Amino acid sequence: MTEATGGIEMEEDTSGKVKKFLYVNRKAPYGTIYALESLEVVLIAAAFDQDVSLAFLDDGVYQVVKGQHTKGIDVKNFSPTYRALEGYDIEKLYVEKESMEARGLKESDFIVPMKIIGAQEMADLMLSQDVVLSF
Amino acid sequence: MKFGILINEGPYTHQASDTAYLFAKAAIEKGHKIHRVFFYHDGVYNSSRLTEPPQDDRHIVNRWQKLAKDHHIDLVVCVAAALRRGIKEENLQEGFRISGLGQLIESGIQSDRLVTFGD
Repeated sequence: MTEATGGIEMEEDTSGKVKKFLYVNRKAPYGTIYALESLEVVLIAAAFDQDVSLAFLDDGVYQVVKGQHTKGIDVKNFSPTYRALEGYDIEKLYVEKESMEARGLKESDFIVPMKIIGAQEMADLMLSQDVVLSF
Repeated sequence: MKFGILINEGPYTHQASDTAYLFAKAAIEKGHKIHRVFFYHDGVYNSSRLTEPPQDDRHIVNRWQKLAKDHHIDLVVCVAAALRRGIKEENLQEGFRISGLGQLIESGIQSDRLVTFGD
């Protein structure tokens, strides 16, 4: 059992099987722990060489907004971790256009380059996945 | 069909664990297989051996324990989420085991459907 693979011996029968995993993030980064613990899943999952995408919808779009300052609430600012995802070969990051616009955000407000897609396209993306994990 | 289950909420406050249990039971009765239940976020509290609901209420922890024993279901509690919330081997109910998030990903890979219960 290793830390990096989260208790899995990689020789077990997951090797070779590649599924499409989509992580759906719908909640604001602070106030609840969902966003942080979702990111922990994504980082562990990276060791499994699966086809990974991340989607940000509703208040979840705030998770990837630039310039987060959390000192005042005494909670760790984990947003720089999103910048490290590229190093884990996680490059398919989607923001739902409607959620972004409803919150007065624009493409340049995000901490990493995001693909901005509409609700219909987002629905199609979800439909095309094998495993959808919503946090 | 082979199902994996993910539970993201604690017992009693939220219906997630109840619904997951009823889903698992119904699926088994229909001849499907539940190979693993993974407890994450506050869902890790579903494994506490210290849980003592009133006599006339359902015992969510022991109910999972029994279902798992009867049908060989792997009950896995996320170690990081558990330690954050004070769940350790010493207060873990028998029939549950503590392991890593890799068990959740493996469940997603190996099962035909991974079903999430929570908000």
